[in-house]
Amino acid sequence: MINTDILVIGGGPAGMTAAIKASESGAQVIIIERYHELGGQLIKQTHRFFGSKKEQAGIRGISIAQELTEKIENHSNIRVMTEATAEGYYEDEVVTISHENKFKKIKAKKVIIATGASENMLAFENNDLPGVYGAGAVQTLMNLYGILPGEKVIMVGAGNIGLIVSYQLLQAGVDVEAVIEAAPKIGGYLVHASKIRRAGVPIYTSHSIKKAIGENSVQGAEVVELNDNWEMKVGTEKVIEADIICLAVGLNPLSDLLIQAECEVVYTPELGGDVPIRDENLKTTKDHIFVAGDVAGIEEATAAMLEGEIAGLKAVSEIGYSNENIFEELNRLKTELNKLRSGPVGKVIKNGIEKVRRGNYVGKNRYSHLR
Amino acid sequence: MDDNTIVCRCEDITLKELRDLIKEGYTTLDEIKRALRLGMGPCQGNICLDIAAREICKMTDKTMEEIKMPRKRPPVLGIKMGELAGDQDEK
Repeated sequence: MINTDILVIGGGPAGMTAAIKASESGAQVIIIERYHELGGQLIKQTHRFFGSKKEQAGIRGISIAQELTEKIENHSNIRVMTEATAEGYYEDEVVTISHENKFKKIKAKKVIIATGASENMLAFENNDLPGVYGAGAVQTLMNLYGILPGEKVIMVGAGNIGLIVSYQLLQAGVDVEAVIEAAPKIGGYLVHASKIRRAGVPIYTSHSIKKAIGENSVQGAEVVELNDNWEMKVGTEKVIEADIICLAVGLNPLSDLLIQAECEVVYTPELGGDVPIRDENLKTTKDHIFVAGDVAGIEEATAAMLEGEIAGLKAVSEIGYSNENIFEELNRLKTELNKLRSGPVGKVIKNGIEKVRRGNYVGKNRYSHLR
Repeated sequence: MDDNTIVCRCEDITLKELRDLIKEGYTTLDEIKRALRLGMGPCQGNICLDIAAREICKMTDKTMEEIKMPRKRPPVLGIKMGELAGDQDEK
């Protein structure tokens, strides 16, 4: 058994800032990450961030990952375990992990779960043809390994991920034939949408993909218009040629460990799926467990980093590593987070968070029948 | 949507298999999982459970909130037997 003060599960933006914040007061911290390096999704984000200056606006995701990794390496009381997957959470607060092909157990005084999210899949005919990708995989291929996924792409989803990845594809010399969006409106920031519109890429709102076309791999897709009830309009089908269909249709919080730990989770569409009930310091209904980042609700990396800091700071303060400025510091972070959530997207997220606030939550735990 | 559309990629389960089962009265994810192995492959349901849940909603007039989710057991992801067998208290 490995014992520690704080265990952070997930080495993305939320987990990294949580580990740094927790370690600054002198606590022993372990951070585990499934991939062979820290950074999470940041390591493939070649675009500059928006938001406030203090929270890394204008800096590319990949540079933020490097900066945070260096900080973590400079803290001797943080132990980094990469190629480490959390496999289970047990009632005696033991977390089992698979680390470099060995099975290990960790017991911490506080656990911060920052496992992130997985990509949503879409059901359509021939969706199992080679050439149908998630946007995450396309970014990994292009930005991490320098491999072009194909020559012509149909992007499904006009949220920020769909728009940003479309732009990155254009930068890499790939033709983006069209962006398809089921909603009647573009979901992502108009700045991103304008950039790809200026490059001549059509964005079809109220459209969906009906089927992928091709024998052994994708050769195109049949897209179709949707009516006000999101039903396909017969006779509006058109074929677009492409060798890649890229799906950017949202993310789903990776809440498996929280559910195993019997934290209350509530299905909250505004936040992407089953997310934990938490207080304003990101503490779940279990005294032992904090959350931060996408697992607490799908949002941007800047919000994830702030949540990580709040969770990290509060978690160490509860086990005796406090400092006199903690309330000021927590308030400052919460104010920053609140500012970040201004605007129309932030409003939806705030509504979602209000629904899962500890003490007065609404909604349903879809796992409660198992108790 | 075409009947042959794959809903669970790990276990190669089609929309038709899913719909037929729901029509037969298997209307919870747990029952469907046991009958079809949906969600029991390497991804452990990350890809298919939402798609299957939406299909149940459509066919039985339920909302996503009302769907009863199957249990999430450890291990979260696949693990080699040798790894478990080699478990020892090391740092």
